[in-house]
Amino acid sequence: MWLLLKYTLLYAAVLILVALGGMFSERSGVINIALEGIMVIGGLMGVVAINIMNALGAPVFLGILVTVVASALAGLLYSSLLAFSAINLKADQTIGGTALNLLATALAMVIAKRINGSDSPKIVYSTNSNAVLNSSHFSFNIGPLTLNWFLLVTVIALAAAWFILYRSRFGMRLMACGEHPQAADSVGINVYKMRWAGVLMSGVLGGIGGMAYIVPAVGEWNFEMGVAGMGFLALAVMIFGQWKPLNIAGAALFFAVFRAMANIFDSFSFLARLGWPKEIYNMMPFVASMIVLAFTSKSSRAPKAEGIPYDKGSR
Amino acid sequence: MQKRKNTPRLSGVSGGVGTMMASLVCVLCGLAVGFVALLVLGGITLSQNGEEFNLMNLLKITWEQGFKPIVQGGFYAKSNVMGMAVRMEILQAAPLIMTGLSVAFAYKTGLFNIGAAGQYTVGAFMALYFAIVLKMPWWVCLIASAVGGAIWGAIPGFFKAFLNVNEVITAIMFNWIGLYAVNTLIYQGGNGPMFNLKTTKTFTLKESAPQSLLPSFNVTVGGKDYFGKMFMPTIGIFIAIAMAVLIWVIINKTTFGYELKACGHNKNAAKYAGINEKTNIVLSMTIAGALAGLGAGLFYLSGSKEWEPLVSTALPATGFNGISVALLASSNPIGCIFSAIFISHITVGGGFMTAKLFPSEVSDIISGVVIYLCAFSLLFKGRIMKLFARKPSAERKGDKA
Amino acid sequence: MADYVIEMLNITKEFPGIKANDDVTLQLQRGEIHALLGENGAGKSTLMSVLFGLYQPEAGVIKKDGQIVKINNPNDATALHIGMVHQHFKLVECFTVLDNIILGAEPMNGPVVDRKAARKRVLELSERYGLKVDPDAKIEDISVGMQQRVEILKMLYRDNEILIFDEPTAVLTPQEIDELMEIMRSFKKEGKSILFITHKLAEIKAVADRCSVLRKGRYMGTVDVAKTSVEEMSRLMVGRDVQLVSQKQEKTPGKTVLRVEGMTVPSRVHSNNAVKNASLEVRQGEIVCLAGIEGNGQTEFVYALTGLEKMSAGKITLNDRDISKASIRQRSKLGMSHIPEDRHKHGLVLDYSLENNMVLQRYWEPEFQRFGFIRSKAVRAYSDRLIEQYDVRSGQGSVTIARSMSGGNQQKAIVAREIDRDPQLLIAVQPTRGLDVGAIEYIHKQIIAQRDAGKAVLLVSLELDEVMNLSDRILVMYEGEIVGEFDPKTTDVQTLGLYMAGAKRNS
Repeated sequence: MWLLLKYTLLYAAVLILVALGGMFSERSGVINIALEGIMVIGGLMGVVAINIMNALGAPVFLGILVTVVASALAGLLYSSLLAFSAINLKADQTIGGTALNLLATALAMVIAKRINGSDSPKIVYSTNSNAVLNSSHFSFNIGPLTLNWFLLVTVIALAAAWFILYRSRFGMRLMACGEHPQAADSVGINVYKMRWAGVLMSGVLGGIGGMAYIVPAVGEWNFEMGVAGMGFLALAVMIFGQWKPLNIAGAALFFAVFRAMANIFDSFSFLARLGWPKEIYNMMPFVASMIVLAFTSKSSRAPKAEGIPYDKGSR
Repeated sequence: MQKRKNTPRLSGVSGGVGTMMASLVCVLCGLAVGFVALLVLGGITLSQNGEEFNLMNLLKITWEQGFKPIVQGGFYAKSNVMGMAVRMEILQAAPLIMTGLSVAFAYKTGLFNIGAAGQYTVGAFMALYFAIVLKMPWWVCLIASAVGGAIWGAIPGFFKAFLNVNEVITAIMFNWIGLYAVNTLIYQGGNGPMFNLKTTKTFTLKESAPQSLLPSFNVTVGGKDYFGKMFMPTIGIFIAIAMAVLIWVIINKTTFGYELKACGHNKNAAKYAGINEKTNIVLSMTIAGALAGLGAGLFYLSGSKEWEPLVSTALPATGFNGISVALLASSNPIGCIFSAIFISHITVGGGFMTAKLFPSEVSDIISGVVIYLCAFSLLFKGRIMKLFARKPSAERKGDKA
Repeated sequence: MADYVIEMLNITKEFPGIKANDDVTLQLQRGEIHALLGENGAGKSTLMSVLFGLYQPEAGVIKKDGQIVKINNPNDATALHIGMVHQHFKLVECFTVLDNIILGAEPMNGPVVDRKAARKRVLELSERYGLKVDPDAKIEDISVGMQQRVEILKMLYRDNEILIFDEPTAVLTPQEIDELMEIMRSFKKEGKSILFITHKLAEIKAVADRCSVLRKGRYMGTVDVAKTSVEEMSRLMVGRDVQLVSQKQEKTPGKTVLRVEGMTVPSRVHSNNAVKNASLEVRQGEIVCLAGIEGNGQTEFVYALTGLEKMSAGKITLNDRDISKASIRQRSKLGMSHIPEDRHKHGLVLDYSLENNMVLQRYWEPEFQRFGFIRSKAVRAYSDRLIEQYDVRSGQGSVTIARSMSGGNQQKAIVAREIDRDPQLLIAVQPTRGLDVGAIEYIHKQIIAQRDAGKAVLLVSLELDEVMNLSDRILVMYEGEIVGEFDPKTTDVQTLGLYMAGAKRNS
């Protein structure tokens, strides 16, 4: 049971981080379907940073800090590609995001293979427990429960997101840009800047989220599968959470339970006895998300101007 | 002041030349990025080998072992023994045309079919099941694959039309559901009737279901057969081309096409005109799914590849490359034929690079960059049209918005 | 020398394909109400957007208090104390009134938006100028009139001295218009300068001191309102004498074509019904007009009538056939024609060619298709005939993309398409919205011709002039109910206004 809780919290943290990222982007008016790709790039740079820090023999604390910053920066840079095409070039946001998703997997494969110098897209970063920095350093124990530091990051991010959106000037202006950019423009808010900010925030959160998905759980990662649809699940969480931070947290917990089952189903005797293959459990969060969306979408209220490029000159 | 969602790319009505030039610019930029990526990879290799930096040397390696195979694709001499590589290019072009058509067709109705990958997966399963288990002739298997894809395409259409769920989200979710389901059904803990324990793949059609193999053909070049006896391409490519023509006719010449496009451009106006938008959404996605599924049939019934349920952790690239194909073609069905051949060309070429130095996914990077550029290629189009059409557009006299 | 607070000198602003402003000069005196008069599309809004910093002009300068200033964005305009009430309100619908007023000028308390201070200030202003608003209501829940008050408060909150009103009366009842004029006068008394954009001459006469006229992007001159007749201003605006009243002959209506009984339509926005138990009849050879302020259920009434939306109760009969449950296509086949309210949303597929739009309601008829294949020659011939007959002008005739046509010609194309189907019932919703005088005259003539040919016509309009001018019978709709029926010959605009505002009703 502790194991289920551990994995549920782990995946919930990831989903919350990434879905909050998506929320900021969509609240500003840019559909961010590239979250999956941003996670891949963030995760990749995170594990590369771990290997570099280990090679340098840096102290654990510094190592953790650097890897987290690396993944955030990677996400930030990668999301700027989306911002540039969607905001400055007024490109179709869904297509641009799809391109970045495909590009991310391809890039990760090329980089991973090249690092290995072989045909394997798998990066090993902390199976060797002698390494200065390994998976276990991202976790801590409370009694029988193993938690990871990203959970703390998530709680802070959640509180910050709530405050930003509902109390700060920035959040108010951000939401105005996603609802009615012409209105925002007419009171002197720079819509382009606000949208850039929204997308870049999604990049940072998505990047960290990618790292949080990969590192605390396992010691090696096969980048052929990207992040296995986790970014898309985060999108579903965001929609189910109605673009609101607290609802997103709730939705994330719900999905995380399903996702966690795939990791631990064989350690539950009653589940193991069913004899279902792992694939069924892999499928579950996606099936769950479709069922939930089918029932909730009719009443869902997306930011009004989302997906529509803002053109200052248009009349 | 009107909302202009989706206006870019959808039309393709005006300025065919500009559209083509814009696509060409996308391709060239994509190749340029690919070249730069190869240069970087090459540079890293040289420095790892402790060699002194030498531009000529770097360019030579990059060209010989990287860029040349990509540019030459199936015609890369070293690998094209007895037409093997050209055959591969033709075999891969056929499903790409189909997934491209799938994306393009849905786009005409204003839908973005990111689910071609899942529809392709289900189509592949159906084709293989009808071939290996039911021992059906090839044309029945093809129909089965189309039906499988159609079902998987209809689901997002249904969700969109009746439950107001964005088709992109549904299609993505059903991509993964399809992949896991197909893997499970084929593997079945090692007991699947299609699963060969020895190879950990599905049984080869040559051994288990020769009646289901697509007929093949040969070409005579200089009095000799171009393809070796073992390496003859199948008629799949002709089926794909025929489908492209058929789709072109449907879109441009029929009332059904008129309705679909009306829904795509302006669903409110379509409704006003008495067109049943919901039916059209479902139909359009169903047909798009059938096209993608048929693509899988054309590929897996060629007998050149089997499904590997244990290592297929990622969705088939052919599905997503369909997006590049459709965008490069500006959703023009005939254009899809050419853009599919291009994508197949660089993908096959990518596999011939010296793998240790240049991972074959460089060609995926090129294809990704092409989609990225296509997303705003209207911008190029505008610029190019200006360059070419230096004439003032005087015919708009007395006509202002 | 006059004391000009704002001078816009020789302004030229071009958009791809058109010169929206061509060498326009506008001088606003301190403490005056200055009207800017012009037809739809004359360039008034563009000029004001230039002043407000939304557009940059290609040529010309702007002076404030005699100093040349550069206004690059609305922030610059605000800094110069210029404020604007836009024609299409710039309000975030899911925000509260308070948030909309302070957006972009938020008072801060550390990192937190100080809504308490903001509320105090807003209530003060609201009190002082008699602009009643509920600061905590969401924009999507309040009336259009209150939304306008929010827009005005936005300007006052920013201490603006130069107030621009862009077509502020289009959405108001006659009584609300009087109130607005009163508010404008009180601003003037406080020394604020007002630019008042309109195409309605009576309003200018009522409130403005001076009036500048634009025609097709050009500056036609400035006149002293007190010394200039309405006819003169009208001639300046249009460039010729305008026949303001359409000629119409007496006619006795024939048998009933359309009968609506007890129609109720649920609202998409709020939990109330948008249309409540509405009944009406339209007979052959009469124009029945549904009047009312925007957003009082007329749109939903027409949607339900044409089948675009479902009604929750009621019965519709067309020529003695119950069509309450009929599909849009069936209703159209039974002789219902519909000139929709929003020509871009419903009326046209903008990316289709003109010919494809011309057959939008008929492409499925045997004349235009065989075995599911479109007969493109027949389509072309039909479209060419309509273009010729109804004088639809476009760049390349039948193959012109509808998006590239002018609003007037787009509307003419729709009118041609709907009338040429020889309908039993013509439903025309705001058929002249946003059009210039020439196009308005033309469309009015076509509608009257339909009536004279014995067709039943249901006209929905917000423009009281149009209502009085065209209709044989007037029904007023208020909050989804039909609250009164009038004969245009025996009623006046003021009476209609009372009913439109809900102040009076026939039970």
